[in-house]
Order: sequence, then structure tokens, then C-alpha cells
Amino acid sequence: MQLVCPAGNLPALRTAIDAGADAVYLGFRDQTNARAFPGLNFDDNEIRQGIAYAHARGRQVYLALNTYPDSARLAHWHRAVDQAAELGVDAIIAAEMGVLDYACRTHPKLARHLSVQGSATTAPALRYAFERFGIARAVLPRVLSVQQVERLCQNAPIPLEVFAFGSLCIMVEGRCQLSSYVTGASPNRHGVCSPARFVRWDEHDGGERSVRLNDVLIDRFQPEEPAAYPTVCKGRYGVGGEIFHALEEPTSLNTLELLPRLAQAGVAALKIEGRQRGAAYVDAVTRTWRAAIDRHRVAPEAWTAQPAWQNTLSAHAEGHQTTLGPYHRAWH
Amino acid sequence: MQLSLGPLQYFWPRERTLAFYREAIAWPVHTLYLGETVCSKRRELRTRDWIALAEELADAGKQVVLSSLALIEAESELSALTRLVDHGRFWIEANDLSAVQLCRERGVPFVAGPSLNVYNHEALAMLIQDGLRRWVPGVEQGHVLIDELLCALDAKGVARPEIEVIGWGRLPLSYSARCFTARALDIGKDDCGFRCIDYPDGLPLSTREGRPFLRINGIQVQGDEIVDLAPELPRLRELGVDLLRVYPQEVGTDVAIAHLDRALTAETPVAPLGQRNGYWHGEPGMSGQARPDAA
Repeated sequence: MQLVCPAGNLPALRTAIDAGADAVYLGFRDQTNARAFPGLNFDDNEIRQGIAYAHARGRQVYLALNTYPDSARLAHWHRAVDQAAELGVDAIIAAEMGVLDYACRTHPKLARHLSVQGSATTAPALRYAFERFGIARAVLPRVLSVQQVERLCQNAPIPLEVFAFGSLCIMVEGRCQLSSYVTGASPNRHGVCSPARFVRWDEHDGGERSVRLNDVLIDRFQPEEPAAYPTVCKGRYGVGGEIFHALEEPTSLNTLELLPRLAQAGVAALKIEGRQRGAAYVDAVTRTWRAAIDRHRVAPEAWTAQPAWQNTLSAHAEGHQTTLGPYHRAWH
Repeated sequence: MQLSLGPLQYFWPRERTLAFYREAIAWPVHTLYLGETVCSKRRELRTRDWIALAEELADAGKQVVLSSLALIEAESELSALTRLVDHGRFWIEANDLSAVQLCRERGVPFVAGPSLNVYNHEALAMLIQDGLRRWVPGVEQGHVLIDELLCALDAKGVARPEIEVIGWGRLPLSYSARCFTARALDIGKDDCGFRCIDYPDGLPLSTREGRPFLRINGIQVQGDEIVDLAPELPRLRELGVDLLRVYPQEVGTDVAIAHLDRALTAETPVAPLGQRNGYWHGEPGMSGQARPDAA
């Protein structure tokens, strides 16, 4: 199983490669990728340096072009595909049909991975992407149970990549409009969920803080209470007379204990989320998964999830909590 | 332009659902979308019941489209979808790529539902090759984006499919593996007890200041506001929109249909019954929010 790690910038890329990533994924510094946050991502020169660094060590670089251009902007995404081919990335990760089709027709040798934003959860959906765009791999949305992943591995026409660790997006990726409902800026169209320029923190008497997204109250925090980045899905609201995290608590997905099952199922790659996270996160999380995968490869029968690994991962989890999320049927 | 009745997004008791559609036969709606789009555990009407209802409504002179789930995870859900596609008499509303592929493999015409991501003319042109006959743009696409897309399609020399715009109802915003209704009631997803049936218009979610915000509907989240595009009819006509979709709500669907039907024949734009849909104007979907470029 390949370990695919996030690179929000060039130092993170080097960190991930040094820590044992088999591949890193990154994006251009514009709306062509789903992490178009200020201060993140790469220009051409940085990508060239990143590719040189990775290739010199036998590793790969994938470029995410996983947003949905409207008709007027499609040519810009086409140019981004051309650039990806020219730069020599090992694959693009895309979801939009116009982008995938252009890549398939214009740069057939450039490998295409179906992005998680493509929302392909079944064998027919994967067949569509394979027959139409000749994808070489698909990243599964974080909505399937481990049994469903196992079954899909048997039926899919191409190898599959699944999320292993990182901040948990609880909606079907590529089909969530909660951010755009409130701000008009959408992950699909603008590459951002909950853009920072719409976020406003207010401190009140007694140290309580409230956070608003385009003036909609997302949450309030007690003075000592830790606060995560405010997305609509991780706020606290009133439902049926009670205030709680009605959609999701700030928590991270952690599938470490499922590693043997995912390997047995034939999953091709494990993906770590977090291009917006710092070098310490990338380093610790990559090293931990590298060790876990290597140990499993050498001695699958004797493998157990080491407490030290779990401690490291928990320390880097959102809200210091982790969950098996939808991999585990009881999740609700 | 004609009216359509979009799929029932909520979970209503069997008799209530059947009575609703029998009432709809008399309404001035051209097309009815039938079937479960949110949760496969909702089985007051099973697949065969939906198909039987479709036959009945079609025999009464309505165009009927069979709607499919927006999120398909289990083999049983795929089998149900296959039964809809294989029936043969009706178009399918494809709400995800699985349905597109099954229709494509079997040569069945389909409508691209709003949860299928179609954002540009090239994607639409490919789906037309696959059998798409009608396109319902996703909720966040307003009149400018739709116009640009259709003009680009014309420039490509591809004949336009029918266009259907969401005209009235609560906007579907997201889907999850999690059941938010079960979570709110603190019961397991697998032991949900089908409690959605207690919330025929979804479960209201408000901010901690008491501002109505969203609706929880099983694994789906909707906007709380009921939007109404009746005042936009002149622009809808300019765009060449063929169908205006009304989503069933527990109360007032008949009033909304009558209101939109009046609006279609009125000489001047009518006053809205519901909220302004910000998305239509290139703004946040929730009405009254600052424009994206203003912050």
C-alpha cells in the first residue's frame, strides 16, 4: 500500500518525503484545487523543485485539480492540465468531467486519478470514470463502511485509494453546499470551505468568544474551551430545544486499526488529509503511518496498532479526538 | 414553461404519500418525479410501489420520471436502482454517476438531478451523449452561470436539452454517511426506528441566537428557507427554462403550485410567497447574506 501525504508548501513536501511518503499531493496557488487558502500551495517553480526532490528519492508527486470550473473559466483549468503535463507531475487528481476529458484527450500519458470530490461510491460510478476518462485510480469518498470498501475493491475496474487519517469531512465530498449557502464561496467552485475573510471572532465579557461566518453564528466558546476552525458542519446549534454539535464534533478520522483489513482488501493507497496543516503534523503523521505500513508489510500476522502510534496520531487530531467515522457502521 | 413536482425529499406515511400524489393529478403540473432520493431505509413505499404509482400517474396523463438516490453505498441500493432503470417505461432522474452509468449502459434516457455535479457545457455535452434529455442545475448555479453554460453549448453546436430550475421549496445542500436525525435523537443509524417519519418537513436547526438556519432530513441537510423564483419569471423565460420545479413540502405545496401557475400566466411579475434564492443572483444561497465579493 502506498502512503500519499499532503504538501501545502515546499517545506511540507520535503518533510513528507523525508518522513517516508511514497507520494505527495499538492495544488496550484489558485482556485483549481480544493484547498485554495491564502498562504498555501505552489507556483510552477516550487512544483519543479518539489518534483526534483521527490523524483531524486524515487517518490511521486500528484497535482490536485479537483474543483468544478463553470463554462467561462474552463479554459483556465485546461491550461492547468497542460501545465501539469509540462511540469511532469506523476498524476493529476481531478473530479470534473470537462477537466478529466480534456486531460484524457490532450495528455493521454498523464495519469488521471478520480478525486474524492468525484463522489464515486459504486462500481458503476467507477466504471463510468474508467470508460469515459481512463482513470488509473480513484479516491473513495469518506462515506463507506470498511465492508463496503472491501466489496468495492473486488468490483472496481481500477485500484482504489482511501482516506486513512485527518480532519473528517462528514459530507459527501463534492456535494456539500453548506459553505456556499452562507458565504457564496463554495468548495466546488472556489476551492474553499468557510473562507477566512468571512470568519469573525468576537470576545465578550468574561472571556467567552463567539465565531460568525458571514454574520451567521456558528459557535460560542467558554474562556478555556479550545476552538477549532469554524466550518458550518462543526458548529453548535439548537435542535429540538438542545444545543449541541448537531452535524459533527471537531474530530479527526483515524483508520490505523483497520490497516490490516484495508491491506487485505487490496486498497492501493492510503491518503493523509491536511494540506493546511503545519510541518510538525506532516512529519509526525507521515512517520507514524510509514512505520505502521512497513511493520505490516514485514509481519502482517503479528501486526497490532501500537499505543505509541495512536498517541502520536491523537496528538495531531482535530480536538485531540479521533474516530473510525463511517468505516464503522455504528457511527452516527 | 411548465411546472414539475420534484421528488418527495421527506419520509411521509404511505397513505399520506399516496393521497398527496392522487391529489397532484388535478394540479397543473406537467411532470412528476417519483421515488426516494435521500435514504434507502425509508420503505413506506418500496421500489415496486413507486413504480406502480408511476404507472398510475402516467396513465392519468402525467409525464413521470423515476428519481434515484443521491448517495448509493450498498449493493441493495444498487439493485433498487437497477430495477428502476430496467423498468423501461420512464426516464430516470440520475442523482449520481451510478445512475448515469446504468442508463448509459442500457440506453435509458435520463434527467441530470441537482446533486449530479454539472458545472460547464463540456460536462453537459458528454452527458447528452450518454442519454441526458433534461438538466436540473445544482442549487448554487444562478442565472448568469446557467446562461453562460447554455451559450457555450450553443457555440459548440450541441442542441440544448430541456432545462429545469428549482422554483420553489427547500434547497438540498448536502448529503452524508451520517444520519443527522438519528444523531439528534441519540439513536444509532442502524436502529433509527425510521423516526424521520415524525418530521414531515425535516427537523429545524437554528443558530444559538435562535435564527432559523438549516433543516435536518436524515442524511441530507437542507436550507431552512423556502425559496420562490416566481418573481424571476421574465429572466427564466429569457434563459429558455422549460420546467420550474416545486419540491413537496408538508403544507402549502398546492398553494405554491397555484401561485406559480398564476405567475406563469400573469402579465406582470408576481409578489413572492417564499424567500429570495440568493444563489439565483450570484449571492450566498441564504437570503440576506452579504455578497461573496463584499467581504
